[in-house]
Amino acid sequence: MRAYKPKDNVQAKAYYTDRFYVAPQVPKTSVDEDEVFAADLEAIKAKFEVKDAYIQVEQMVIYINAHDIYGVLELMRDELAYTQLSEMSAIDWLAKDDTFEIFYQMLSMTKRKRIRVKYFIKNGEAVDSVEKLFRSADWSEREMFDMFGIEANNHPFMKRILMPYDWEGYPLLKTYPLEGDEFAAWYEVDKIYGKEARDIIGPELRDTARVDRYDSERFARLGHEVPKGTKITGDEPAVTQSYQEEGGVFLIKKLDKESSVVIDDPQR
Amino acid sequence: MAQVKNRLTPFFENITFDRDDNELILNFGPQHPSAHGQLRLMLHLQQEQIVKAHPDIGYLHRGMEKMAENMIYNEFMPTTDRMDYIASSSNNYGFALAVEKLIGLEVPRRAKVIRMLLLEINRLMSHLFWLATTALDIGAMTVFLFAFREREYLMDIIEGYCGARLTHAAIRIGGVPLDLQDGFLHQLRVFLNKLPQNIKDYEDLLDSNRIWLMRMEEVGVISTEMALSWGCTGPMLRASGVAWDIRKEEPYELYDEVEFDVPFSDKGDNFARYRIYMEEMRQSAKILYQCIEMYEKCEKDGQTDLMAHAPKYISAPKIDIMTQNYSLMQHFVLVTQGMRPPVGEVYVPTESPKGELGFYINSQGGPYPYRLKLRAPSFWHTGILTDLLPGHYIPDVVSIIGTTNIVFGEVDR
Repeated sequence: MRAYKPKDNVQAKAYYTDRFYVAPQVPKTSVDEDEVFAADLEAIKAKFEVKDAYIQVEQMVIYINAHDIYGVLELMRDELAYTQLSEMSAIDWLAKDDTFEIFYQMLSMTKRKRIRVKYFIKNGEAVDSVEKLFRSADWSEREMFDMFGIEANNHPFMKRILMPYDWEGYPLLKTYPLEGDEFAAWYEVDKIYGKEARDIIGPELRDTARVDRYDSERFARLGHEVPKGTKITGDEPAVTQSYQEEGGVFLIKKLDKESSVVIDDPQR
Repeated sequence: MAQVKNRLTPFFENITFDRDDNELILNFGPQHPSAHGQLRLMLHLQQEQIVKAHPDIGYLHRGMEKMAENMIYNEFMPTTDRMDYIASSSNNYGFALAVEKLIGLEVPRRAKVIRMLLLEINRLMSHLFWLATTALDIGAMTVFLFAFREREYLMDIIEGYCGARLTHAAIRIGGVPLDLQDGFLHQLRVFLNKLPQNIKDYEDLLDSNRIWLMRMEEVGVISTEMALSWGCTGPMLRASGVAWDIRKEEPYELYDEVEFDVPFSDKGDNFARYRIYMEEMRQSAKILYQCIEMYEKCEKDGQTDLMAHAPKYISAPKIDIMTQNYSLMQHFVLVTQGMRPPVGEVYVPTESPKGELGFYINSQGGPYPYRLKLRAPSFWHTGILTDLLPGHYIPDVVSIIGTTNIVFGEVDR
């Protein structure tokens, strides 16, 4: 029987995990321990709902409501001096609870602090674009759309950025297959000629690097050249090669240490 | 304005022009020699002036973030080489540091010094390459040849260390794989002693060159607000009036122990960026001299460790693996299954030659990262062309692309 593979996450899996292994946690500390972060958090809490906040690896992480994102980032930029949006993207949790986690990595150059603002959206929901606040979000949101299919409302140009415009599927989803389709070689044949023509036509050649040794139309057959279009039988005589160096290639037959120079400085 | 036939506008018998605004759309790239890789620009032109620019990227997209989700951590290291392939050790380092922060590892001092040596050599290589290609785009062939000659020496030194010239994979999670080879420091010193004169040569050729100044001064001006809004980092940001260098402001490794300056300018034009690259080369040389001293002190103090000691995550030294049973077992598990960092997430920025190179890793305790986001500086330095190019003329496009110093391995990932 074929082994069961979950369809909602087709990514590589650890082939062995100890039943009793409990993964350790990266320590989280309270926001109160850092004065700057504590003040920032108070300022945000005064206007918006903050669901969770902690410090992990020297950076504060806050969870907010999805509809607050524009307001929170505007507050952070204008009042808390977080002037740069370094990065934003999504994490796919569709297999767990049908949600995406969106994160925004903020940087304050005057305070030398970084905050990660996060929220969850349901599958199929759109996020609010922050492109009006940070131009860098223009391309980040396009990349997120390209990779996850999450659209941004009020974005000026919501199109794919890395993949071709006509691409189907969203590559960074956990459901996106890692391998190609093994039946793809027949699709064109079936569509144009019908399935019954499979035996006559054969599968489509999809390997662009394939070289047919009997093909004298498109390949030069180095060392066994024949006139174009000749039927290849396999016992063509080899063509003798000759080199440009008439007197032979210069070779050192015997190394004479006395008359040679050892270079130990490449910058001589 | 309706088109009026005269002797200067061509007359086509069978073609009628629906648009009468003279706007021409020019496709620049993706195979243009000064597109620095695979950049396609769609430029809307009024005569020679650009009214709208639309950069199109993705021609070198290899899905590195997807690859990372399906590789054990050590396996991903050589892939990072292919991001900014002009200075590949800086990518290796960014990834290694992110995983080390996630695990909470402390790297031995000698490894730190070697890493800094490699990082600064990479910075020099990258800046020399930038100077060479930009000068060539502008038409200064001599500078190209000079700068490539110097870069060649550095590549030889790196080749001696790790065997590769371009894709180094010279840094491991937890330290470095090898000690410096014999002659490394000597060769580096010889190079560094020559470098000030070399830089002076480039400057003599360029600083007062009329063509260079015309193509550089007051061209491609990025205001501070625009640079911040577009997420510019590195020399792009420092040329626009923000003295922000992660090595200085959020020091990693031993950058808080070395002395160096952060050059910046408030001009924001191409020439300011050029000056900053030149000055940064001098600062890198200064750091390298100090690193050489630090390395010699490590040698004197007998600090020989190159990899962190953390049996759960890092393989033991080779001698232990070959002599001790338990180390061999650990090594076998780490190679076949991979290390399993704790559950959590981390975003670690480093100052790569191009700007802020960040690695966001979300680990769920498995041997593969659940999500890995690569924050490559060039991505936004390409995006800014949308707002930067309009108003400029066609020849400026080449010099602006040159000074943004974008590398497409990094933009497309």
